[in-house]
Amino acid sequence: METLEQIKSRLTHALPGARMEIIPNDSPSGQLSLLVDGAHAVAVAKFLRGDLELRLDYCSNATGIDWPEAVIKTKIKKKVVVDGAEKEVEEILETLRSGCLEVVYHLYSMTKKHGPVILRLRTENRTDKTQLPSLTPVWRSCEFQEREIFDLYGIGFAGHPDLRRILMWYGFKDFPMRKDYVAPDDFEYEPTPHDEVLEKTRQHSAREVKL
Amino acid sequence: MDLRVQPQNYFVDEGLKNELQKQGVFTTTLEGIYNWGRQNSIWPLQFGLACCAIEMIATTMARYDLARFGAEVFRPSPRQADLMIVAGTVTKKMAPQVVRLYNQMAEPKYVIAMGACAISGGPFKQGYNVLKGIDRYIPVDVHIPGCPPRPEALIHAFMTLQQKISAQELTGVNRPRHLNAEAPSEFVVPKFGEHDLEPPSNPSVWKPAALTRA
Repeated sequence: METLEQIKSRLTHALPGARMEIIPNDSPSGQLSLLVDGAHAVAVAKFLRGDLELRLDYCSNATGIDWPEAVIKTKIKKKVVVDGAEKEVEEILETLRSGCLEVVYHLYSMTKKHGPVILRLRTENRTDKTQLPSLTPVWRSCEFQEREIFDLYGIGFAGHPDLRRILMWYGFKDFPMRKDYVAPDDFEYEPTPHDEVLEKTRQHSAREVKL
Repeated sequence: MDLRVQPQNYFVDEGLKNELQKQGVFTTTLEGIYNWGRQNSIWPLQFGLACCAIEMIATTMARYDLARFGAEVFRPSPRQADLMIVAGTVTKKMAPQVVRLYNQMAEPKYVIAMGACAISGGPFKQGYNVLKGIDRYIPVDVHIPGCPPRPEALIHAFMTLQQKISAQELTGVNRPRHLNAEAPSEFVVPKFGEHDLEPPSNPSVWKPAALTRA
């Protein structure tokens, strides 16, 4: 199969307006993924499915990621001249990362027996602009998985044939897989609380004492 | 003064009973034979929620053979069943249906909560959609820990339930729910709320465990 760079250059050639970016991956797998803008996602998907070289006719997995707003600290080594002598000083650079919701699609080809090609789509923010185009018209296997993403992350898929909650009940207001989801306080005694549960225990018992 | 006859006064002297039995005369109490009949003909409700159900199915099959205890007739309708084996994780979305099935069963009815999930939420206890034990909504007679419990554990729970049934008194203040007109037979079915089930538990059935801090 072609590398993702080759696929990207062919895509920019075929779809001139589309904004695309290759997301690096520092993990041992080193699996790269292609970030596509929402407006051109369906066109990109159709290209990947229909292209004779790629024939990515099977979407094996669609999933969601929540990226809350965060301050990212990166260490930079700087050379500073102090009293005439050059010294290397570590400086921490803080950058504000804006929050968004992300959908990831893993694409394979049944006919060519290759893959995966990983597509990522990002919403503009986490609050009101959480619309993305649905890729269900291109790959039918996305239907239930996009419903699940809608259910748990609250991403609206425009063009989805049947966008309803799938795991939680109708009338449920929250999105449980978002990082800022607060579960109802139906906490009870745990014999060996640890980590998150220990924190929950502390909050719960503090509330109890207050009452 | 309480004029009711106390249960122990019913019983025939053990020695006399044995002597009579040798002569081919069997004596028993109405309570004894009533409970004996009930405990050896339990009809469980045929439904499973997760992996514990596989162990429940194994219990009914040839190797473990629940039929030896008179409980092989699993009914697909709550109207015909008198034992509910809650086998598996009860999600919040499933909890109202489980309670409704229990309400539709005819008295006398019993509940076995099978496995870590059914008794407390188990490994999924901190999950956003898992009920932390079915005993929050319906009265449970026997709890079986385990993940999943082995068929032997379910058989042990059955025998425990049989002992419980045989010890039930038909009259008096401790008589079972189905012989007490004032005792509730239906329990509140939780509704789907915006953030959680409403109510989150039935206080007449379940109270949170009291914490004792040193």
